Amino acid sequence: MSSSFVPVLAGHAEGSNVPAPVTPKNVQHVGGAENPTAVALKAQFAAAVHRVDVVWGETTVIVDKTQLHAIVQWLHDDPSQLYDYCSDVTAVEFRDLGRAIEVVWHLRSLPHRRFLRLKVLLQKGDALEVPSIWDIHKGVDWMERECYDMFGIRFDGHPDLRRILMWEQYKEGFPLRKDFPLRGRFSRSEQLRQALAQNPEAKYSMEELSIADAFEDLPAEMQQRLGAGERVGE
Amino acid sequence: MATTKRTVEVELSTTGMDSRGRPQRVPLVTDESGQVVPMTAAPGVEPDLEGDHMLINIGPQHPATHGVLRLVLELDGETVVRCIPHIGYLHCGFEKIGEYRQYNQIIPWTDREDYLNSPGNNVAFALGAERLFGIEITERCKVLRVIASELSRLISHCVWLGTFCIDIGAFTPFLWIFQQRERVYSMLESWIGARLTTTLTRVGGMGADIPDGFTDDLANFCRTFPKVLAECDAMLTKNAIWVGRTVGLGAMSAEEAVNYGLSGPMLRASGVAYDVRKDFPYLDYETYDFDVAVGQAGDVYDRFLVRMEEMRQSIRILEQALKRLPDGPVNVDDHRVILPPKSMATSDMESMIHHFKQVMEGPRPPIGEAYVAVESPKGEKGYYMVSDGTPKPVRWRIRPPSFVNLSAIPKMVEGHLLSDVIAINASIDIVMGEIDR
Repeated sequence: MSSSFVPVLAGHAEGSNVPAPVTPKNVQHVGGAENPTAVALKAQFAAAVHRVDVVWGETTVIVDKTQLHAIVQWLHDDPSQLYDYCSDVTAVEFRDLGRAIEVVWHLRSLPHRRFLRLKVLLQKGDALEVPSIWDIHKGVDWMERECYDMFGIRFDGHPDLRRILMWEQYKEGFPLRKDFPLRGRFSRSEQLRQALAQNPEAKYSMEELSIADAFEDLPAEMQQRLGAGERVGE
Repeated sequence: MATTKRTVEVELSTTGMDSRGRPQRVPLVTDESGQVVPMTAAPGVEPDLEGDHMLINIGPQHPATHGVLRLVLELDGETVVRCIPHIGYLHCGFEKIGEYRQYNQIIPWTDREDYLNSPGNNVAFALGAERLFGIEITERCKVLRVIASELSRLISHCVWLGTFCIDIGAFTPFLWIFQQRERVYSMLESWIGARLTTTLTRVGGMGADIPDGFTDDLANFCRTFPKVLAECDAMLTKNAIWVGRTVGLGAMSAEEAVNYGLSGPMLRASGVAYDVRKDFPYLDYETYDFDVAVGQAGDVYDRFLVRMEEMRQSIRILEQALKRLPDGPVNVDDHRVILPPKSMATSDMESMIHHFKQVMEGPRPPIGEAYVAVESPKGEKGYYMVSDGTPKPVRWRIRPPSFVNLSAIPKMVEGHLLSDVIAINASIDIVMGEIDR
């Protein structure tokens, strides 16, 4: 039996570093006190930090994408920062299609109770590719996959970057991009036709089939493709 | 009482023919003497299955997967070697739809993502939108929102406890705790008129003030609910079967839990005392006296204990909120965001203009962005909103706690038995509406 029969009650709000609640009384729209981490980042990675914004009390650091991985690693490891928790990875595309697509990381330092937003701007025409931070924060696995699924942003270094919410054969594009119509690219009747035309036998991905005996039953051509490391199927 | 005796006649047949004399459909082979005979199974030994892995599919339509989750498991005997989850069966594109809606129109969508925690989601979204608009809500509204959040935590944990019991094989606590859940839903119904999809808040206030008698109902609930909880506790916590089915399963160490981005009871069971209400306070939670339940082992049993304790703490918060509930207005006095009363809108010119502008155009937040996280029953629920100054958000992102918690399931079930996968999955407390959005 585990030693924890009764949960420990920790009223740990006594910590001195609990931030003041963010309310309009305490924070202003633009400007205000920067997160101390932003200052440290500017000192440490002067060339890679493009800009620091403070909006509604939240500090946003816009960084260079080549240095992103090093910055996250430093924030994670440095004892004065300890950003050990990655809350969220997502992207923003603006209605003004000339504006850059922003990839956003929300990091938290649980020991220091700080919150930091990192951004990488991907200008229109640039490759939609940013470094993955999966090797630092394992929790971003599905969030990076979702971001790829919804925006088509590739996370370089992610071990298993494939669609997550949409199905693998989905070919209409990336739903959260602004050029994607709200109702999808095809009419309802066409979508229904495509759904009915799906092969219901393709329930397992080739990767999964390769686990079990089923691999032996696959066509030779498919085995060959699998052996070469290809990943298809759902 | 008369009993009946049922006899079953077994039909006999000879080899190659069924009982009615028709030939059986068996493959025919030629024997050594050249005669065609039906093939019979070789009387050999059983095949050696050692090292053979089996692929088993659970879901998407399986009651123990709590929705349309599909797990493909690689089994070595009965032990899980690998787990590959598939999600997205319930994907509705909430975030995309949100980009085409005004802020108040998004609130009904928040009901439907984590549908066991609708009031809590409404509160979270309203808080996010209010930070974007720069609105300071009234004191009464704050307390009402705390009541809504904690009630919603209770109903979510009630569903979790009931379904968790069912998954492990205990039926009785399910009935007890779902009766309590119904009481909360009845209270919510008296408050806002809806039970499940509440749409309780508005940007800058609430959809309705609490009705007469609500505080009495709530006080009564706070008095009686702990008794039912204590019964469930007595039934389960020291029950040998329960302990045997939960202890040591799916354990995550504190470092792993943080690294995998777990939040809520999942993270606290591993011994990390991270609670958004304490660490990044909102709605004056820092002024309430409550404890954060923290486990040690990070296994299924500790998650159970943490959630049970959280329910007790929620009752404590509710009691304090009832004591401090101030009088005064619920909505902010700002007609850019809050609709004027109907009587004013039909009699007063300015009010009518405000009403028209709000309904037809919607309130416009300044350019900016906000990530507002609250402690939902599942963990850190964040709403990230980006405004370009128009009445509709450029981006509305939900940070779903159970999505991230579920992403650790391959790690958690590795090496456990197939039946334990169900227990581990139940302990994550997933809601597919929130995961797939």
